Amino acid sequence: MAKSGWNTLAAHELRDCLDRGECSSEEAVRSVVDAISATDPVLHGYVSVDVDGALAQAREADAARRRGERGRLLGVPVAVKDVLNVRGQSCTCASRILKGYVSPYDATAIARLRAEGAVFLGRTNMDEFAMGSTTENSAFGVTRNPWATDRVPGGSSGGSAAVVAADEAIVALGTDTGGSIRQPASFCGCVGFKPSYGRISRYGLTAYASSLDQIGPISKDVEDAALLFEIMGGHDPMDSSSLEVPMPAVSWRNGQGLAGMKLGLPREYFVGGMHGDVDRCVRAAVEECRALGAEIVDVTLPHTRAAIAAYYIIATAEASANLARFDGVRYGHRAAGVSDPIDLYRQTRAQGFGAEVKRRIILGTYVLSSGYHDAYYVTAQKVRSLIRRDFEMAFTHCDAILAPVAPTAAYRIGENRDDPLQMYLGDIYTVPVNLAGICGLSVPCGFTGDGLPVGLQVIGPALGEACVLRVGYAYESVSKVRGRRPGAG
Amino acid sequence: MKEFLTTIGLEVHVQLRTHSKMFCGCGTSFGAPPNTQVCPVCLGYPGSLPVMNREAIRLTVLAGLMLGCRINPFSKFDRKNYFYPDMPKNYQISQYDKPLCLGGAVEMEVAGHCRRIGLTRIHLEEDVAKNLHMETWSGIDFNRAGVPLMEIVSDPELESADEAMAYLQTLRQILVYAGVSECNMEEGNMRCDVNVSLRPAGQAALGTKAEIKNLNTFKGVHAALTFEIARQRDVLAAGGRIIQETRRWDADTGQTYSMRSKEEAHDYRYFPEPDLMPVALPDELLQQWAAGLPELPARRRARFVSEYGIPDYDAGVLSAERAIGDYFESAARGSRFPKAVSNWIMTDVLRTLSERSIPVERFPIPADALAELVELAENRKINSNTARTVFAIMLAEGGRAGDIVRDRGLAQVSDSGAMDAMVRKTVEENPKSAQDYRGGKDAALKFLVGQVMRASKGKADPQMAADMLVKLLGRPD
Repeated sequence: MAKSGWNTLAAHELRDCLDRGECSSEEAVRSVVDAISATDPVLHGYVSVDVDGALAQAREADAARRRGERGRLLGVPVAVKDVLNVRGQSCTCASRILKGYVSPYDATAIARLRAEGAVFLGRTNMDEFAMGSTTENSAFGVTRNPWATDRVPGGSSGGSAAVVAADEAIVALGTDTGGSIRQPASFCGCVGFKPSYGRISRYGLTAYASSLDQIGPISKDVEDAALLFEIMGGHDPMDSSSLEVPMPAVSWRNGQGLAGMKLGLPREYFVGGMHGDVDRCVRAAVEECRALGAEIVDVTLPHTRAAIAAYYIIATAEASANLARFDGVRYGHRAAGVSDPIDLYRQTRAQGFGAEVKRRIILGTYVLSSGYHDAYYVTAQKVRSLIRRDFEMAFTHCDAILAPVAPTAAYRIGENRDDPLQMYLGDIYTVPVNLAGICGLSVPCGFTGDGLPVGLQVIGPALGEACVLRVGYAYESVSKVRGRRPGAG
Repeated sequence: MKEFLTTIGLEVHVQLRTHSKMFCGCGTSFGAPPNTQVCPVCLGYPGSLPVMNREAIRLTVLAGLMLGCRINPFSKFDRKNYFYPDMPKNYQISQYDKPLCLGGAVEMEVAGHCRRIGLTRIHLEEDVAKNLHMETWSGIDFNRAGVPLMEIVSDPELESADEAMAYLQTLRQILVYAGVSECNMEEGNMRCDVNVSLRPAGQAALGTKAEIKNLNTFKGVHAALTFEIARQRDVLAAGGRIIQETRRWDADTGQTYSMRSKEEAHDYRYFPEPDLMPVALPDELLQQWAAGLPELPARRRARFVSEYGIPDYDAGVLSAERAIGDYFESAARGSRFPKAVSNWIMTDVLRTLSERSIPVERFPIPADALAELVELAENRKINSNTARTVFAIMLAEGGRAGDIVRDRGLAQVSDSGAMDAMVRKTVEENPKSAQDYRGGKDAALKFLVGQVMRASKGKADPQMAADMLVKLLGRPD
């Protein structure tokens, strides 16, 4: 293999190359750094890259491997969304308000990857505090979609999806509160996986909406998604919402096809609003799954239309409290020349937060206010229960659900800038999964007429990761778009 | 002049006696240098998450059980949102509609009357940091941030500053008894918000209340209430209206001041804390916790009176502190002289403890050894002076009373032959005193008894000596 091509590999492939001695971690990191130098000035997928630090970690990994040590990611560079704490690195959440903040600790997911030998090379761009679906809300500039640089990569984990798609990373971490892993993965032609709520510890993930946030991988194939899920998952005493249940044995590696599986198509997802090309790609993928032996059944998720409203009430309510800590007192940006504490808060937050973050804090504060609390917050929680029940009912008829990830392919930069409501509606196929606390996988399944990637979403019940990954793997292995890269035609 | 009735409700904040904070592993010791007991969790760093301290739950439930509360089988935590520099997250993790304990009461004695003050609830929350104001700048010490804080809310049933004081003292005693808190006022373990209102006698509905926040001494509570009650009475008597407001107590001027301004329209926007799971307390766990509960101090006091036949006052002193009560009980149980045991503890033991400033746990004489000494004295094996000497020896050198008496030949001389000789010799050697006694001077007998004691090197039974002297000298009628 050409010495310059290490950056194009998936994590499990690179790890195998490293184990076989075909290359060193240092070489692999250099090839990724070279790719970043070549294309990131245009794409802007990273907010910061620590070349020296990464090379030092890589050399350490090489030395460890020479000593006979092994790790499931020993020497493999991992790109990290700028919302996750990595000890000694900045963690700005793409916000001015956290400028200068350096993490004093590792997130649990990071610590577990580190224990397997991962190298932390750079931090990826995102919508500020994970609020958005385009990365246009980053305080540090938009990320461009490697498939069409006048388009957004999706969001909020847009930087992670873009750098994986552009081979500026081997694999990346994202977070998904309402689709923030799956939608950018779909827009950029990557695999994106959101495990069930409580599977991966949130300790060290800067909270947007605590009851919805979940860490997950954005990768080049389903095998990597499973690998990172297995490493990061499992109970963590530092996160009370992390589940004390054993991790699933992912069995798809042995089995072929989907014989004996029932896959549901939600009636409500395939009506109106969906772009024709997306509809065509997803239906074609459904037929591939049928050809693999799956039985396709009709299911219903009747409360889908209420999901967006419920989501934007619950998420913003939690966010209004979660983001209260950014006040200029202990870390991050602090406004100068203030007269008293109240003035300090006002100025710091006015200067530090971007428009979308302010919009959501105000919305969240409003829905929790006395007199409105019951009408909004309490009602939204009831809707959430109904949506959860919808899925529970649906999963009595099928093992997993096939769905689109988003109604359209990647937007043009600036397309929805003045219409947040339109933008929020783009989350319709992803937010119900977060509200229900279940798992969802985005796998590339085709292209629009304009050559933009489209993803297939595989949704599974709570703790149904093994099933979802099996479906994704089986589909991926027959998919005609597998391995397609931007610029490769 | 019109008569007014006072109604007071108290919200008492009590820091729990846990080794670590409410939601992280940081220590809770008082007086550490600023910001040395902190971590990403209690500093509210991005991405940090709270983890419940189960001991804090247990201690709050113990407090609830001691106070007769109903323990909520399903309790949860909520976020209370407001901005203040002492709040690391700008929300406080507290409990809104499902507190750990509901109902209950504090039973107390005020001026000889028994009063039962109902409790509304007890909930658990995290303490905030401490703002320190220097001349030109302010600092924040986060050591206190996240210390487990229990809030005990009384019903509005207290009627005077004295009652409020008694309530606080009784509550403090119970909490210390249960080992729930040190209730050390100097260290800020116990702080209090008071709500007070007045209404004309005969009116059923409560008047408009004022709240006085953050009183950290009992004396302060009493003084602030006394001032505030007088202030409200003056306003009402002059036909004025009380405004519902928060007031600040200034100990230096001895007055309360309005703090209205920005404090007024607080909307805390409570919602369930998504980072913590609800707390389920199954019956068997509660029973297990209840098994280790001590008796209420008031109940113990009554039992000491009935079981050991000691005066109520003594029982009060002995039951005031749990460890003293325990010491008394282990000495008195099995003793035939519990009253004498009580006397020894009330005088010599307590005096020694206060002189040496030590807790009874470090008192050198074990309870059973004290009981043995009391036994010897009460059986007149040694006289009272010798008993004090033996006590002093036990205090200084340890050992058992019986051994000390034997080894040092301190047993009381009550052999009638030996006594008779000593008494006769004393009378012979002190003819003047003998004469005086016969002449009606009682003091002379005391002197003669003293001489007998001296001759016996303190070992004679003084009562016996006196009896024999009276008989020998045969006072004419």
